[in-house]
Parts: sequence; C-alpha cells; structure tokens
Amino acid sequence: MQNTKKTINAKNIIVLVLLILASAIILAPFLFMLISSFKPGRELMRYGINLNIDLNIMSFDNYGLLVTDRDGAYMHWYKNSLIITTMHTVLALFLTSMVGYGLAVYNFKGRNLIFLTVLAVMMVPIEILILPLYRLTVFMNIINTYWGVVLPFVVSPFAVFFFRQYAVGLPKEFIDAGRIDGCGEFGIYFRIMMPLMTPAFGAMAILQAMTSWNSFVWPLIVLRTTENFTLTIGLSSLITPYGNNYDLLIAGSVMSVIPLIVLFLLNQKAFISGLTIGGVKG
Amino acid sequence: MRNTQLTYKKRTHGIIPYLFVSPFIISFLVFFLYPTISTIVMSFQRILGPGDVSFIGLRNYQNLLNPLFFTALKNTTIYTFWTILVLVPLPIILAVILNDKTTIGKNVFRSIFFMPALTSVIVAGIFFRYAFGEQETTFINAILGNLGVKPIVWLQQKSTGMFALVVLCTWRWLGVNIIYFLSGLQNIPAELYESADIDGANAINKFINITLPGLRPVIIYVITISVYGGYAMFAESYTYWGTSNPGGIGLTLVQYIYQTGFNQNDMGFASAIGITLLLIVMIVNVIQLSFFGYFRKEED
Repeated sequence: MQNTKKTINAKNIIVLVLLILASAIILAPFLFMLISSFKPGRELMRYGINLNIDLNIMSFDNYGLLVTDRDGAYMHWYKNSLIITTMHTVLALFLTSMVGYGLAVYNFKGRNLIFLTVLAVMMVPIEILILPLYRLTVFMNIINTYWGVVLPFVVSPFAVFFFRQYAVGLPKEFIDAGRIDGCGEFGIYFRIMMPLMTPAFGAMAILQAMTSWNSFVWPLIVLRTTENFTLTIGLSSLITPYGNNYDLLIAGSVMSVIPLIVLFLLNQKAFISGLTIGGVKG
Repeated sequence: MRNTQLTYKKRTHGIIPYLFVSPFIISFLVFFLYPTISTIVMSFQRILGPGDVSFIGLRNYQNLLNPLFFTALKNTTIYTFWTILVLVPLPIILAVILNDKTTIGKNVFRSIFFMPALTSVIVAGIFFRYAFGEQETTFINAILGNLGVKPIVWLQQKSTGMFALVVLCTWRWLGVNIIYFLSGLQNIPAELYESADIDGANAINKFINITLPGLRPVIIYVITISVYGGYAMFAESYTYWGTSNPGGIGLTLVQYIYQTGFNQNDMGFASAIGITLLLIVMIVNVIQLSFFGYFRKEED
C-alpha cells in the first residue's frame, strides 16, 4: 500500500517537471519578444533574437517611437484594429445569433438545406475566394474601408453553428409563455430568449474578437493604403530584408498582443467554452 | 398544456423564420455562392482587362502542369502532413496528462499551453523568423552552438524552412487542439475505465482500448480542420519569405493564387488554381474520413 502511494507521488513529480519544461518552451517566445522590444533595432539585425540583457543599450525608446514614428502610423493601425474588431464582433453576434436561433427554434421549409449549407461553408477554405471577393468589394465601392474588411465574413458559419447548438438546448416553454402573453416572435427573441443565451454570447464575443483582431489574409487584400492598415497588416509591412524597421517591429508586436492576453487572463472560461460547446460531436 | 402544444404545432410563422435566417442567406448568396460561381467561370477564361475576356476552355487547367504549381502543391502537402503528424499525437498525450486527477496544476498548464493561440500569425511569425535567423547568436542557432553544432541558415533551405513552418504552426495550435481533446476525454464514460481496472488492465491497455476509440470523433474533427487549414496556409509563409519565395521555398498554393492573381494579374489562371485547391481539400478529406470509417458510422 505504502509502496503504490510512493510510486504515484514519484510519477506526479516527473509529470510536473515535464509540464514545467513544456511550459517554459511555450512561454519562451513571449519573453524573447519582451526583452528584444527594449533593444535598438540594429541589435536585432546583428545578433538575432536572444535573452541577453544589457541595461546599457535597453530603453523604452521603441515604445516612444510607436507613437511618434512615421507620423504615428502605428497608432492609426491600432485604432483601425480596435474599430474593425468592434464592428465585426458586434455585428457578427447580432446576426449569427439570430440565424442560429431561427434554425434551432422554427420548423420551416428549407431549414435542413440551410443548416447543411452552413456546415458545407465551414468546410471551404475562404482563401480560394479572395480574387472574386476582391473584385466584388471594388464593385461595391467598399475597397480599402472598414466595411470592406468586415462585411464578407461577418456572418461566420462557425458562429451560426455555435448559436444553433446552444439554442437547441434552450427551454421552449418560455417561447410558448411569451406567445400566450401576446409577444411577437422578435419580441420573444430579444426580450426573453436572447438574455438566456448570454453565456453563448460571452464565449462567441471573445472568439470573434480574437479572430478579427488577428485576421490577416483578407485585410491584406482589402486595405490598400498605409493609414488604413490594421495591426497585422501594418506589422507585416514593417518586415523587410534590410531590417530598417526593427525598432518598431518588436515593440509593436508586443503591444498588439497585450489586449488579448488581458482579455484571456480575465475570462479564460469563455475562451475555452467558445471552442468546445457543441463544437465536436462526431 | 395540451392545448398550447397543439397551437404551437399548428401555428405556422410564415415569413418570420426566414427573416431570422436571412443574414446567412444574403451573406451566403453574395459573399460565397456568387464568388464561387465566378471563380469557376473565370477558371475557363483568359482575362486581360475589364472588357477583354475570352473563354479558353481547359487551357488554364493545362497550364497547371508547370514546376511552380507542383512545388506549391508539394510544399502544401508536406506541410499539412507534418502538422497532422505532430498536432494530433502530441496534444492527445498532453490532454490525457491534463485530464488525470492526480496531475498538479492542470488548469494553470492548460492556460499556458493556450496562450500562443492568442497571437496573430504575424506576431508569432516575426518571433520565429528571428529565432530561426542565420546569426549564430540568435535563439535556435545559439542552442545548437551550445551543443557544438554549427549555425544553420534555416530559412534559405527547403527542409529547414519547412521545419521552421511546422514549429510555428505547432506553437500556435498545440493549446487549441489540447482543448478539443480535453473536451473529448470528458465525454468518455468513467465506468469504462473502472471496469477495465477491475479486469486488471494497465495504463497503456486502457489508452489503446478506451481512450483512443473514445476520442475518435475528435481525432476525425481535428484532422479535418487540419487538412483545411494546412492546404489554405499562406500567412505563415508570408511572414517568413514575403511573396518572393526564392527557389520556391515555402511557396504554398494560396500564395501561388495571390502571386498569379494580384502580382501577375492573371485572374483566370489564379481561379483555376483555386478550384483545383478546393477539389484537393475535398478529396483529401473524403479519403481521410473514409479511412477513419466516418461514413460507415453514419450508415448504422
């Protein structure tokens, strides 16, 4: 008896050590970036990225440059990212929750066809559509605008699927009660059912915000001028073989990750349930 | 009660359900169906300018038989293969460890493993671009230096460039896949393990006979999205090499679409690449799903 207890303890310690090692590898890039962000760009060019700390050359200068350099282009990108992420998240939640609810609650002709279409669209890489979508945004006159970035992908099939799975599990008695009280169908949705879906909204809000904040391929195609870039596009435009922008690049990267890390540390459960609720069912 | 149920069933809501789902229908028609059809049509055309369009049959598809396309196809396939080979077994093992009641600090580790998923491809790519830099003092070469290995010019060779791509992908996606597998593990009934304990099964037996079969739906799901994500890869390669891709290192199919469509302005040929990519993703996933018996399961 004592013997088995001892082996379990030893096993636990080994597992713990391995997990700590793995965590160190996983977290290392964050530490490297943070340290490099305080060094002049030429250091990065000459020595690459490393953990050497030399207080003589380290300073907050790079962070100051983010505000002043290139007439504050970086601040523009930050602002654009904030606006696009907010627009995308609010619109996506409003629209996809309605669709998901509609698919879950009503029986109507074509419902199964629409649901299958949602699933099918989830399985097609949107990257193959970038050319015709580009021409479409030119035609719709929303190229190089916030709307051009947001509109084509705001009704995310994944979010529709997520809300549909969530709404299927809602108690239908509330709907009947609402009808008896004379509520219209939209009144029932907005006043009674939507509040019941709050946990789903929380989880999806975070996931949609994260997707939008980090999205790259589509904004790269829609946004044509520097002052309209988002953070991802702006930062990628700083990468050159000559290394002349390294001062901005690392500090700018660090600042761009911080909002999501704060959001994650405050609300880890929502991140994780957004990925899993109703997501994986063979 | 029976009365209300009757009225509930009888009542048809007319146009209202369609109003609820209309955002999806509109978005699907405008931003999915129309572009898809237009890609199919353009793939049979030569497009020289807005008014200068002619149908050229299968010529664009015949033009796919060129070394650059095969390089892109090969790179993308190898990348997808390696990401699946790493990003299925590794997160399963970690998820099993994090699901074990006796593991210390499970929630902390789960959060730590998830953190890379918060970074954009660009930010993660910037780090790994310099970590895999050619200087002997940079992260990876410095480690090799301590082991007595000479510095490697990682991003200028095909195999080491591919390695750097797979490392980047693994770092960003490991935690997400762990969460998928953790939720799969929680759906496996505990009684299965209890009765296996009574039968005297050891840990490896239980893993092979209970855990892996129980995780099958999640494994299928993760492989499906990995095929989709792997073949659509673009941004990772873009951060490492921009759009130049010297010698085709890291050239992917989507990057080939981008170069053909936007840099060379050959919309017809780019569309043919896109349609071919779509067919490849569908075929690979059908093969993969039937290999894992997904369709068989649907039948019974």
